Amino acid sequence: MNIEAIKAIYFFEMARMKRTLLQSVISPVITTSLYFIVFGTAIGSRINEVGGVSYGAFITPGLIMLTLLSQCIGNASIGIYFPKFTGTIYEILSAPVSMAEIVIGYVGAAATKGLIVGLIILATASLFVDLTIAHPLIMLMFMVLTAVTFSLFGFIIGIWADNFEQLNLVPMLVVPPLTFLGGSFYSIDMLPPFWQAVSHLNPVLYLVSGFRWSFYEIADVNPLISLAMIAVFLTLCLSVLAWIFKTGYRLRK
Amino acid sequence: MSSIVSIQKLTKTYANGFSALKGVDLEIREGEILALLGPNGAGKTTLISIICGISVPTSGTVLVGGHDVVQEFRKTRALIGLVPQELTTDQFETVWNTVTFSRGVHGAKSNPALIEQILKDLTLWDKRNAKLRELSGGMKRRVLIAKALAHEPRILFLDEPTAGVDVELRRGMWAAIGRLRETGVTVILTTHYIEEAEEMADRIGVISGGELLLVEEKRALMQKLGRKQLRLELKEPLESLPPTLAALGLTLADGGRGLVHEYGNGAGEGRIGAVLAAIEAEGLSISDVATRQSSLEDIFVSLVGERP
Ligand SMILES: Nc1ncnc2c1ncn2[C@@H]1O[C@H](COP(=O)(O)OP(=O)(O)OP(=O)(O)O)[C@@H](O)[C@H]1O
Ligand SMILES: [Mg+2]
Repeated sequence: MNIEAIKAIYFFEMARMKRTLLQSVISPVITTSLYFIVFGTAIGSRINEVGGVSYGAFITPGLIMLTLLSQCIGNASIGIYFPKFTGTIYEILSAPVSMAEIVIGYVGAAATKGLIVGLIILATASLFVDLTIAHPLIMLMFMVLTAVTFSLFGFIIGIWADNFEQLNLVPMLVVPPLTFLGGSFYSIDMLPPFWQAVSHLNPVLYLVSGFRWSFYEIADVNPLISLAMIAVFLTLCLSVLAWIFKTGYRLRK
Repeated sequence: MSSIVSIQKLTKTYANGFSALKGVDLEIREGEILALLGPNGAGKTTLISIICGISVPTSGTVLVGGHDVVQEFRKTRALIGLVPQELTTDQFETVWNTVTFSRGVHGAKSNPALIEQILKDLTLWDKRNAKLRELSGGMKRRVLIAKALAHEPRILFLDEPTAGVDVELRRGMWAAIGRLRETGVTVILTTHYIEEAEEMADRIGVISGGELLLVEEKRALMQKLGRKQLRLELKEPLESLPPTLAALGLTLADGGRGLVHEYGNGAGEGRIGAVLAAIEAEGLSISDVATRQSSLEDIFVSLVGERP
């Protein structure tokens, strides 16, 4: 293991992201606050409770997940896409580092920043609603696993993308609808059976449900199934990466 | 002398089917300065990219310090520093950070004193806290050199290091490369400036169309392929060449105003006395004398020009 190299990449990325931390925190903080004002206060006052918790508290885990997913995918994809775009990737390709070490550096940094922003959103939420966290450690575990998995996913997007449009495609066009339809704002048993079935095809449902369980012990699906789904997605990302490294896809000519 | 880089039957075919290297064999000696000359698209950058690990070979082997560049990449890449042809920099980083990063990513323990020395040697110390986008092209080029040196490589690849660098700075770089060689670093550079190869290199390799046409000691190459020419300007033009002069191999130039004697390649030097004596005997008076030695450039042009 080339620990020095991993450290170099990790801290280089953290420094890069620190420069943009403010702007990457401000926008989700404002958005989240707006959600609370609109959904939590304005609409939530008519919804009363879902599954025994106030509506504002109910939507908090979903909002955190939304931010965590888009942050991790965004940071990891730009992290590797940018050197590819400017050409500075030559240095990493000619350095005595394995692909695994490159991934640990980039994905580690993206996941770290995603977690930081996610926790800031959690803190913001606690200003608006009374939060109880039944299983803080499990909550953290869900966050870390999600951060790592979706940073890996973002890294893959960054390697695949050939232009900025492709780079933004997934975080902008795929993540928000999946999050909205993944039970962030409602419990899926409020839906007709057909749409309930469809919802089970949405990976974000499992994330939000398991994550919400760690707060309030209410869930759309069994938290163990949620965990298993994250593991499946993690394995999937690792397999794609293994293939990318073996073939040098879009990296080594 | 031992080889620090050993290349055997190396070929490279890009994904689009283009064959950029067609069976290159090359031994690079430890501690030498090797200049690779070749026209645009010859395959110089491709060759360097494979040795450094940026591209993968299609077939053949490359050993660096006795290790295979694909199988034992950790060992080979730790030995190598690379200054790429393109000015690729992290525009938003500072000079200090980007050079420090280079050392770290090569697995070397941090050593601020060394980085300081490298920046001072390349007259970048004043700019250490400047962002790269605030630097001029020549300064960026030097930052790339500093990055390549940051992990104390044993082999330095410079892909057109002096492209877009002014004359004074170019001289400074040559001097810096000369100092590096004194510390035992092997230097491989590609260039379009033939005087650069002529001035710096111990050996010259010529690449064209993906093939290595030759690798030779610079001196031997100039001796073997270099031509010399003695040119005499006559006061009175000649109608035709007198038979005694034609017998010595002289030719008439400039409509009878000049006499040309070609020698070199180790032959003909001894006849200069005879040539001058014969001119004297013909009663010709001479107004001017010039000698000219073919440069590496002539050699290069004739080598590459011979190719179909
Ligand atoms: N990624 C690639 N895909 C396909 N062909 C390529 C690729 N990279 C280079 N080539 C081709 O390979 C040949 C050799 O390119 P290379 O960059 O090695 O030349 P070079 O000798 O460095 O030229 P220059 O002096 O212009 O830098 C060129 O014909 C080039 O078009
Ligand atoms: Mg080139």
